[in-house]
Amino acid sequence: MIRTILILLFFLLQTNKVFSLIEVDITRGNLDPLPIAVSPLHVDPNSKTSSNIKVKELGEKISEIVEKNFKSTGLFNPLKKDAFVQKPDIAHLKPRFEDWRLIKAQALVTGKLLVKDEKLKIEFRLWDLTASKEMVALAFTTTPSNWRRVAHIISDKIYERLTGEEGYFDTRIIYVSEAGPKNNRIKKLAIMDQDGAKTKYLTLGNELVLTPRFNPTNQLVTYLSYFRNLPRVYLLDIETGVQEVVGNFPGMTFAPRFSPDGKKIIMSFAKDGNSDIYTMDLETRVVERITDDTSIDTSPSYSPDGKYICFNSDRSGLQQIYVMKSDGSDVKRITFGKGLYGTPVWSPRGDLIAFTKVRKGRFYIGVMRSDGTGERLLTENYYQEAPSWSPNGRVLIFYRETKSNSKGEGHSAKLWSIDITGYNERKIKTETDASDPSWSSLLSK
Amino acid sequence: MILNKNLKSILIVIFATLALNACAAKKKSGDMSGDVYTGKATIKYLASGVPDRVFFATNKSNLTTAARETLRKQAKFLRKNKSLNVTVEGHADERGTREYNLALGERRANAAKDYLMTYGISGKRISVISYGKEKPVNTASTPLAWSQNRRSVTVKVN
Repeated sequence: MIRTILILLFFLLQTNKVFSLIEVDITRGNLDPLPIAVSPLHVDPNSKTSSNIKVKELGEKISEIVEKNFKSTGLFNPLKKDAFVQKPDIAHLKPRFEDWRLIKAQALVTGKLLVKDEKLKIEFRLWDLTASKEMVALAFTTTPSNWRRVAHIISDKIYERLTGEEGYFDTRIIYVSEAGPKNNRIKKLAIMDQDGAKTKYLTLGNELVLTPRFNPTNQLVTYLSYFRNLPRVYLLDIETGVQEVVGNFPGMTFAPRFSPDGKKIIMSFAKDGNSDIYTMDLETRVVERITDDTSIDTSPSYSPDGKYICFNSDRSGLQQIYVMKSDGSDVKRITFGKGLYGTPVWSPRGDLIAFTKVRKGRFYIGVMRSDGTGERLLTENYYQEAPSWSPNGRVLIFYRETKSNSKGEGHSAKLWSIDITGYNERKIKTETDASDPSWSSLLSK
Repeated sequence: MILNKNLKSILIVIFATLALNACAAKKKSGDMSGDVYTGKATIKYLASGVPDRVFFATNKSNLTTAARETLRKQAKFLRKNKSLNVTVEGHADERGTREYNLALGERRANAAKDYLMTYGISGKRISVISYGKEKPVNTASTPLAWSQNRRSVTVKVN
């Protein structure tokens, strides 16, 4: 659905795949971010005003979103525009490289746009100022109302060219919006662009909702709802708003996630004090029991190839992380460190598992290899949990709660992100308090 | 036969808890024994002398001696009021991950339900629901508040 809204006509102008001198290493914490100049896009004077969009400001606004995206990565340092030395239209044709180098820029983004006949035509270029070369040139056409997404797609293309990794800007976050006192919290499903724009509330707050997660095409969301005070896993179609309960379980179902092919939902079902992991095929409605143990088995997450499942269980006495084959066989415990381990989530690259660790009253977000080795704790706090991966497997989003005082007040819940390098920890702006974030895949691929 | 078996298991439980109690008594401080809440501040009553809730240790769902005593009172009350049905709500404190806490709350509620059933209350009269950490009774971030929140609460439904 999202894809059809955007009629993307990508075509390469003439990308010179020549050796370039600038590149950004994202495998380490970047303490020396790349200075980049993002010129406002030149607005073609023949542009016509289109459905409440101030076309004249569009070039400026798009470049601001691109800058904000770059800054949020910690890998780039967007330079102040007042130092810019060339007009947008002229720079887009052919920058005077030596002049841009004078303001210490190493990369330059230029572009132009035209709004005509309810269409937005955009062209942009990325220039390597050190090698005096064009690195990327792309043009595409879409509807003018998609201008924010245009900015994100431009950001993705440039990020990809400079880091060699897929971008993650044209994405959305689904989360639980929270308001009100801790003992009477109103919770709603909310969705927003990755940069916090375009927040939309998907439920009204009449019932408690928790742990929303996207399907691979980002059109469906599975989550836990206490509708009619019966906690069950639900499925929601974001476009149509249609909701349905998943399966017909005689008890609480929770901790849902989609399989990587989107065909199944994996979740926990609690009965008589025992939680086990089940799957339900969304087409055939066939329910399969995956674990059968007297302990709590929950928070299941598939490996990206669908062959394995990581989950947490207290079968050893305390909450630890296990990996098994997707049919439930070959269960192996992978965490043996001191403390409790929960909320394992497999990286979309397949190499790492992100988790929450609780030790001596402190909460950590960390990553480890899928065999449990190479544990790295990225961030420590009073309370934080539920990491979710950026689609390129480089950034984790999670939520953090603060202590309340002795009167039980002053508590807050916010979304945060951190690179898997352990650097670039950032608070994500949300309209309300927020928890249980889940990152979509790239909307345009 | 069944009664006999029950009696036996109860006796074992009593001995076991006596032994446990001896240990726990050493760490008693204020309204907590170990980290189990022993006070009365948050308790409501189903009827005079029948407390509505029992408390648990961190990450645990086994019933303490005090919890058993409370549940026996609840069972007696339910035997007298045969038309009454209840929901047992299971809760966790805010110091665990959300999904695990949902399962833990369900396990706690079932521990209480099972005990009521061993005292002759039909399982059909008892439904359970877990709220995990979503409905704290004390919203402070202190060990005392957490101990009050690790609970199962028996609520009349009709």
